[in-house]
Order: sequence, then structure tokens, then C-alpha cells
Amino acid sequence: MDIKDIIKPENLVYRRTPLLTDKPLSYCPGCGHGTIHRIIMEVIEEMNIQDKTIGIAPVGCSVLAYEFMDIDMQQAAHGRATALATAIKRLLPDRFVFTYQGDGDLAAIGTAETIHACNRGENFIIFFVNNGIYGMTGGQMAPTTLPGMKASTCPFGRDTKIMGNPLKITELVAQLPGTYYVTRQAVHTPNAVRKAKKAVRNAFEYSKLNKGLCFIEFVSNCNSGWKMNAVQANKWMEENMFPFYPLGDIKVPQPEKV
Amino acid sequence: MGELRLMKGNEAFAEACIRAGVDAYFGYPITPQSEVIEYLMAAKPYETTGMVVLQAESEIASINMCYGAAGAGFLPATSSSSPGISLKMEGISYMAGAELPLIILNVVRGGPGLGDIQPAQSDYFQATKGGGHGDYRLYVLAPSSVQEMSDFVLIAKEIAFKYRNPVMILSDGVIGQMMEKVELFDPIPRRTIEEVEKQCPWATTGKKPNRQRNIITSLDLDPYRQEKHVLKLYEKYKRMEQEDVRYEEIQVSDAEYLLVAYGSSARICQKTVDLARVEGIKLGLLRAITLFPFPGKRIAELAKQVKGILAVEMSTGQLVEDVKLSVNCSVPVYHFGRTGGVIHTPTEVLDAVKNLLMK
Ligand SMILES: Cc1ncc(C[n+]2csc(CCOP(=O)(O)OP(=O)(O)O)c2C)c(N)n1
Ligand code: SF4
Repeated sequence: MDIKDIIKPENLVYRRTPLLTDKPLSYCPGCGHGTIHRIIMEVIEEMNIQDKTIGIAPVGCSVLAYEFMDIDMQQAAHGRATALATAIKRLLPDRFVFTYQGDGDLAAIGTAETIHACNRGENFIIFFVNNGIYGMTGGQMAPTTLPGMKASTCPFGRDTKIMGNPLKITELVAQLPGTYYVTRQAVHTPNAVRKAKKAVRNAFEYSKLNKGLCFIEFVSNCNSGWKMNAVQANKWMEENMFPFYPLGDIKVPQPEKV
Repeated sequence: MGELRLMKGNEAFAEACIRAGVDAYFGYPITPQSEVIEYLMAAKPYETTGMVVLQAESEIASINMCYGAAGAGFLPATSSSSPGISLKMEGISYMAGAELPLIILNVVRGGPGLGDIQPAQSDYFQATKGGGHGDYRLYVLAPSSVQEMSDFVLIAKEIAFKYRNPVMILSDGVIGQMMEKVELFDPIPRRTIEEVEKQCPWATTGKKPNRQRNIITSLDLDPYRQEKHVLKLYEKYKRMEQEDVRYEEIQVSDAEYLLVAYGSSARICQKTVDLARVEGIKLGLLRAITLFPFPGKRIAELAKQVKGILAVEMSTGQLVEDVKLSVNCSVPVYHFGRTGGVIHTPTEVLDAVKNLLMK
């Protein structure tokens, strides 16, 4: 069979969404950021809301997210993405607004902005990529680094007596009345990607209701920072990250509310 | 004649923001400027003009809310006093880098640190030389009356869009807190979203099929492109110096001695000039209205005519450095001023004129 006979619309099983630009991703091979970008852009394409969506890039490995996502975007100072999103959504209430943030950005330097945006019930979406480390700056300890886990600023492993405990910020924000939908997902297997994409779709649909903040954590990997190859990193994530950060919905809207 | 009201400076600023069609105000309480947000919350412009008003969780959040609003093409305003302005500095630097319009009011109090809550002019360096990191400048206006707390909002709006650059109104506790008669300008409607998109084709309002995506960022990792960007900003600041210097002259035509001051200190110096004239001393005053761009050229011209210059400011000497740079040692330049929240009196200034300038 000739390749031309195979390239037919009915045989199409995967295509890159045109909402991802042609720019090669700056992420390390095997890093979760790229997949998370893709599913967000796929949902925006499927909902046909490219002209109504504004994204906020953080400081972290995804600082250049605006190079890859073909939508209007702003790049925030470290930790402040939700402050930007608050203003944009309040001034343009019919737009979809999301932030895309790492654990250092969202749960260390930006903790106050995160909690208060959630608590005010701002009507935007937070995509939170938790890889347990500072990827961009070379693998330092993050607020979500696991006990005993090594990083360049805890080279002997995180000693919780000295360095404090990892922060489960997702459980924390779920307690606040302003959050409407809080879930924890991953993108390490095709099945997980499907579930995560469903959650992204839910978040965009819910954000139409103006009932509060939608918060999706992606437990992700950082093979470079963890000093592993991509396969080892995903395995390590399943064995170590998932028990501490269990996947699944944490706060779901009650049916009558939807 | 516009509507007349008796108002505090802080209230006049708040009312002027509503009337100027400012799109959003984000703030955090701190003395002596909390009346700004209190006034706005009581006026509820969100029910009339649609202006967003929000008390943020910190000055850091409020300046970054301003960044988001401005990046979407809207004109935001924020206000604070010295310690809070320090917290805003990172965001201000980002906004200068991303070339975003903004109105910032600093109602300066004594410092450093928590200092006190009395009026001061000790944030001159921070306002005019940077404050945040990087190669940038703010356009800095110094009001010296409650009237100007209102009027300068219109100038700030025009300049913020003309240069796509943050504008700071550098006030102090005297101007913020005192009550004076104000003639308010007639309200200007806020722009519609269509007008926003037309005026700011660069804004992130949602990517339409007929244009490229819009990106608001201060980041460019390529040093050669970053250098180009910084030089482009520098050209804007040079243009401000060509086109938008503002100052006021009081009794300078025959002056033998010159005071240079701004804000409430200039108000005090005006009285000093009157006192000096009664005694036959030919004293004049140059009041800097823009602190950046600094009216240095004009001061240099006046230096040819006078025997000496006294910079009078409520600090240990910040403005005086710009005066010295402007006259380039052609005449003696001295400094006088109380600091830490203490306000000098007209006679104290006159004594300094006699003891320093006329010695
Ligand atoms: C104010 C400020 N402090 C520190 C930094 C340096 N910095 C850049 S990215 C980063 C951590 C990012 O980690 P995370 O948010 O977990 O994202 P990741 O890179 O892992 O995706 C830090 C500390 C900065 N850019 N700005
Ligand atoms: S450093 Fe880590 S988080 Fe950053 S791109 Fe590489 S793998 Fe991903």
C-alpha cells in the first residue's frame, strides 16, 4: 500500500492543532509542559473560542508559552499571573481567561495572589503544573518538592525539619468558597491525557457560568531537574508523586449548580 | 466653569480618575492616601462608567492587576504611599518594559522603612531615577495644589498613551490631605471595547482572525534584540525631554537668586519669594512640574542670570543633584530642606537664602 492511500481524512487519528504555532517547543524531550499546552489549545480549538481567550504565561520553563500558543497572551512577573488575569477578566467579562503556572510561580512567590484570586472567586482558569522542582533555574527545591527528594538546594534530599513540608496548595484552594472546580490530573499516559483533556474542557465550560475559579493541577515531570530520562521520570512520578498528590477531582460542582 | 468642590487632594485625584474615563483602579490602603480607594468605593463608578475598582491583597497584586488591565488596552490607575510604592516597583519596571500606559499616584511620607505618616519628598530618586530595575524612566508630574491633583490626571492620561509608558504623579502628604477648592473638569466617557481595540491594536483583547496574536511581554532573551528594545525606550525618554517638559516660573525675570522646588515645597517657597521681595531681595522660584523630564535646560539658562541657586525639598538632598547637573558648576548650588516628615517654613527657607545663597 502506498503512503498516499493512507493519508486520508478517514484515517486521521492525530493532528496537531493549528492553535499551536510552528515554533519548536523549548521544553526538554519528555517534559509534560508540551502535552499540557497541546490539550489546552485543542480544547480552545474545539470550542472555537480562539478569538475570546486570553492566556497568561508565568515565569518558569513555560515563560515562553506565548511563543507556542496562537492566542493573545500576556507574560507576568514571577508569581503574579492571577493578578493580571483578575484585571483582564473583570474588564473583559465575556472572554475566557487562563493562567498557566509552575509550582514555584503559583505556590511559592505567588501564593498570596493565588489564594486571593481563588478566594475572590475570580472567573478564570488556573492551570497549575506541579513538577516538584524549579525547572527553569536549574532544579532547585520547590514548595512541592517531596520529603527526601533531592534538588540542587537540598542536595541530600528535602529535610522537612529544616526545609518545611511540601505544600498541597490544590487541597488548600479547594477549601475556599471562591473555587468552583478543583481537580488534579496528569499527562503521562494516553489515558491520563484523555482524562486531563476532559478536565480542561470542563474548566472552560464551567468558566462560562461565572460561578468561580476553576483550578486544574497537572502533576508533571521534570526529567532534566530530576536528573532522569523521560521514561524513568514518568515511572518515578507514578511511584512517588502520585501517592503524595493523588489524581482525581477534589471539588466538583453539584449537578443542580451546573 | 466646571463644577466647584471643596476636596482633599486624594479625593480630587479619585474623582478625576472617574471623570477622565480611567478604566480601572487597583489599590491597597496606606496612610496618607487611603482616601483614594475609600472615595472610589463610595462613588461606585462601576455602576455608572463601568470603571473597575478593586482593593487588592497587596501593592504587588494591585500593580500587577494594572499590568493585566493595561495589556488588554485599558487605562489603569493605582495609588499608594512610599512603602507601598517600593513594593510596586517590580511591576512598574515590567510595565515600562512592556510599554504599558499607567497612572501611579505616590503620596509620599517620611522614610526610609516604615518611617512615619507625615509629608516628605524623599522618594524623588525612586521616582525619577528608576526605583525598579533596568533602563527605564517614568514620566513624573509633581502637583502642588489640590487642583493639580485633579488636572494632572488628564495630563497623565495623555502622556501614558502618547508614549505607552507609566506616568507617576509624585505628591506628598500635604497635597494629599489638605482641602482646597477644586474646579472639576467635565466627565469624559470611557472608551468602548471597539475604541480600545482601535486605539490599542497591540492589546490582548482576543485574537481576531484578521490579525496576528498580540503578546504583552517585557522578555526578550536575545541580548541584541533586548538592546534594540532598550534603545527604543531611551528614544521615548529623549522625546519626552524635547516635547513634554513642564515648569512654572515665579518672579524670575529680575531674580538675582533662584529657588528650585516642586510640590508642596514649591508652595512654601512661593511665600518665601514674597517675604524676600518685601525685604528687597530679588528672589525668584522655578517650580519643576515634571521631575522627569527635568526642566534642566531652563535652569541652566537662569543660571546665567542669577548669583546662586537653592534647591528646596523635604529631603536631605535629591532634587539638588539634578539642579547641579543642569547648571554644571556655572553658579553655586545649595540645598535646604527639612526631612523625615518635618515641613520647612517660608522663614526657614528665607534664612537659608540669606545664610547660604547671599553669604
Ligand atoms: C522575582 C523573581 N525571582 C526569581 C526569579 C527566578 N526564577 C525564574 S523561574 C523560577 C522558578 C520556576 O519554577 P516553577 O514555577 O516551578 O516552573 P518550572 O520552571 O518548574 O516549570 C525562578 C525562581 C525570577 N525570574 N523572578
Ligand atoms: S527543565 Fe524540567 S520543566 Fe523545564 S522543560 Fe526541562 S523537563 Fe520540562
